[in-house]
Amino acid sequence: MSAKHVLIADDEVNIVISLEFLMKREGHRVSVARDGDAALEAIRRERPDLVLLDVMMPGKSGFEVCQAVRADDSLAAVKILMLSAKGRDTDIAKGQALGADAYMTKPFSTRELADKVREMLG
Amino acid sequence: MHTLPLALVLGASFAYLLLLFTVAWWADRRASAGRSVIGNAWVYALSIGVYCTAWTYFGSVGRAAASGLWFLPIYLGPTLAMLLAWSLLRKMVRIAHTHRITSIADFVASRYGKSRTLAALVTLIALVGILPYVALQLKAISSGFALLAGTQGANSAQGTPWWLDTTFVMALLLAGFTIAFGTRHLDASERHEGMVAAIALESVVKLLAFVAVGVFVTWSLFDGPGDIFARAAADRSLAPLLGLTGSSGGEARFAGGQWFALTLLSALSVLFLPRQFQVMVVELVDERHLRRATWAFPLYMLLINLFVLPIALGGLLHFGRGGADPETFVLSLPLAGGHPWLALLAFVGGLSAATGMVIVEAIAVSTMVCNDLVMPIVLGSGRHTSDLSRLPLQIRRVVIVLLLMLGYLYFRIAGEAYALVSIGLISFAAVAQFAPALIGGMYWKGATRAGALAGLVAGFALWAWTLLLPSIAKSGWLPHGFVADGPFGITLLRPEQLFGLTGLDSLTHALLWSLLANIGLLVAVSLARPPAAREVAQALRFVDVFRSDRQAGGTATVRWRAQATLAELRQLAARFLGAEPAERLFAEYAQRSGARRIERIVLDAQLVRHVETQLAGAIGSASAHAVVATVVEEEPLGPSDLLRLLDEASQVRALNRQLESLDRLKDDFISSVTHELRTPLTSIRAFAELMRDDPDMATAQRQEFLGLVVAETERLSRLVNQVLDMAKLEAGHGQWRREAIDLRELIAHAVHTTSELFRERGAVVTVEQPDEVRPLMADRDRLLQVLLNLLSNAAKFVPQDGGRVRITLSTDARGATIEVQDNGRGVPPEQQRLVFEKFRQGGDASNRPQGTGLGLPISRRIVEHFGGHMWLRSTPGQGACFGFELPWTHDTVGDQS
Repeated sequence: MSAKHVLIADDEVNIVISLEFLMKREGHRVSVARDGDAALEAIRRERPDLVLLDVMMPGKSGFEVCQAVRADDSLAAVKILMLSAKGRDTDIAKGQALGADAYMTKPFSTRELADKVREMLG
Repeated sequence: MHTLPLALVLGASFAYLLLLFTVAWWADRRASAGRSVIGNAWVYALSIGVYCTAWTYFGSVGRAAASGLWFLPIYLGPTLAMLLAWSLLRKMVRIAHTHRITSIADFVASRYGKSRTLAALVTLIALVGILPYVALQLKAISSGFALLAGTQGANSAQGTPWWLDTTFVMALLLAGFTIAFGTRHLDASERHEGMVAAIALESVVKLLAFVAVGVFVTWSLFDGPGDIFARAAADRSLAPLLGLTGSSGGEARFAGGQWFALTLLSALSVLFLPRQFQVMVVELVDERHLRRATWAFPLYMLLINLFVLPIALGGLLHFGRGGADPETFVLSLPLAGGHPWLALLAFVGGLSAATGMVIVEAIAVSTMVCNDLVMPIVLGSGRHTSDLSRLPLQIRRVVIVLLLMLGYLYFRIAGEAYALVSIGLISFAAVAQFAPALIGGMYWKGATRAGALAGLVAGFALWAWTLLLPSIAKSGWLPHGFVADGPFGITLLRPEQLFGLTGLDSLTHALLWSLLANIGLLVAVSLARPPAAREVAQALRFVDVFRSDRQAGGTATVRWRAQATLAELRQLAARFLGAEPAERLFAEYAQRSGARRIERIVLDAQLVRHVETQLAGAIGSASAHAVVATVVEEEPLGPSDLLRLLDEASQVRALNRQLESLDRLKDDFISSVTHELRTPLTSIRAFAELMRDDPDMATAQRQEFLGLVVAETERLSRLVNQVLDMAKLEAGHGQWRREAIDLRELIAHAVHTTSELFRERGAVVTVEQPDEVRPLMADRDRLLQVLLNLLSNAAKFVPQDGGRVRITLSTDARGATIEVQDNGRGVPPEQQRLVFEKFRQGGDASNRPQGTGLGLPISRRIVEHFGGHMWLRSTPGQGACFGFELPWTHDTVGDQS
């Protein structure tokens, strides 16, 4: 499997550190965005293969970023995995309705997350 | 016949008025010193005696001399009204006080949805209806004066130029006194303690004077009542006076219908005459005084009527029929008996009766004209100058002068042709038109604005047609033809035999038609069209005033969209009440509502209602509603709201909704807490799993991860502690201590505790404070918590190496202020409002400090618990300054606000 480009969009420093370590260990190239606007900009600029998108971010929320990406046909190839501390069914449904490819609740299992990312990029 | 020197009569009159004024001035002074003289049931009962005017004083004797016992119904009515309708009166008082109603026009308008049209109409009816009554007082004073000073020939109204006419001068004088009594300052409750005291004194004076004359006539001129009645019975021309036949004479049978009409008329008058409403309702200081008045006032009526018949018969026997005007027997008998001083006393008594009526009536009517006729026009013209607080007083003064001048005019037009009693009855019949709208409005929720309007218009029109116009015609100022033959010869419309109704005296006839039309239209129109939403709300407040006092004056029924800023409302109040009273109003409200400071008052329906009721005191409820509506937009009540209002269970449902919204708040809180807990948990779990899955991880890497795990664990425990703390504060279960705190020591302690933190960041902390500070009463640990929170926040936001934090302590008479200024990036304006909300952390994503988002909300709670408040001032780029102010001491109350 060739190296893929993963964008981590989260405003929690320590979560970013752990995700970055995990993704690098999986052999991916990693870039980071700390808020919604930066995330959308990075997606448009770098066209990552996959985005780990936190829902609760300053500026644009993860939902808004997801919606904006899906509204842009040129970004159709970008896979989106939403991460949220809100694990309610309605949130999951909302994420999927907005075009997220997968949804995981925090705290997540690193193994499950790695498996899911592998599956999505497979 | 003896007479008195003109100068003596004039002097005595003037001296008496001065005495009244002194009493009023004294009572006002006592009132402002907090030692009211009118907080007494006797004073209240006596002040109701203003019902007995010159008409009673002179007119009753005249009527008794003309038709025997016919003077009685006019006193029987009020007596019955007080005894039987006292629950109605009590309800009226309760409603008026609950809604700050200050006049009869205000009352009607307020009941029917604060209708300005109704207020204006009632005012107009009262004004027109009361003019004959004022004229009557002037006529009585004038003829008494003429008789006493022996100037009858020279002072005939037609003989002298009007500006020298004593009646005209008297009218001006009375206007001056009324202005001095009633319009010295604007009082939101329209209470005039001085006036009430003077009126009570007048009641005593007129009673004593009348009784003195009665005693003189009965026991000095004659040999007691038995002698008078025996001699009258022996006189064939006087004997019929002792029976109950109709006043129009003729057949000797008891005219029950006419008795009933007169009794009803006067019963309604005692309740609804503007001046009676003023003294009985507006000026009432304690509802319990009503109880005594219900028997004391009838007793007063009995006493003042005791000698009416003896004086009348005595006069007729003494002078013979046609020998003297019976209406001045009270004066002419003592004069003829050689007692000019007693005549002078009697004159002063009559003057007293007249002035009392004029003063109170003029005050009441001028308030109505000002609030319900003139102010709406001024307000509607849009020429709102900055300060309108003096305008109402000026308007009232002008109205008082105009009222007396118009009364004088009526006196010149119709006064000569009519007896006192007939003039008074015309006024009574006008005022009776208020009864259906008022009584209906107090007991029937279904009465509507349209119904009241239709009833009043019809009743008033019929009154004018059947009573007022004929009275003017009979005076020769209108062609008499239309009374005798009907307008354009249409006999069906003859004013005194309307629609062919004959066989009744003109008063009973007028009363029958006008009240029939009035009540009929009120009921028919009310039933025909559903009331507007606002009317229903007011109807409930009036009809159920006893059932739900709190609810009626409360907030349940009207909701407000908070479009007005507090500042606009304050401006508005200042414009009508004056700057100082307005500030006082808001300060009191702040205290009462628990906001403690004006700036922190919550703008809600209760506040809007409060301001409106206070303004209603100054400019009437209809005007107040209109002006408040200019800054506050009332959410219209839709059909669903109406159902809710009418629903008995609406309270329960409102409570349910509140609970639901509380539940939602709690859900939001829990959801936020959950989110905040999951975030550190996510990091901890991730790092732990990464280390578990990678046994060969470099030591340095492992150490870094372990450090992060520890930090996140600390964050978790901090969060748990603060959530518990917040929950405790919100539930009001916090343990609060009150101890004397040395603020200088407290600051030093806080600085010391955080010194390591600042040293790590390379920041400098300075303290500016007075050398000595008095102790402040609060909970030391809690205040330390607040300070530490502010300091650690500052430590997070100052730039690394080069941070400066300045703590300032300043004091004034009220309390102490502590501010913490940093030189960080500051808080962007859009975030400033949010920093005190739960889980809203400052800072941006790149360097979000490690906080829980609960520190500032908790700090603010603590400060507010001790009666202070907390703020943030920040210009982005120039740091942030968090500060709080605390009063030196403060009554510990629950921290619910």
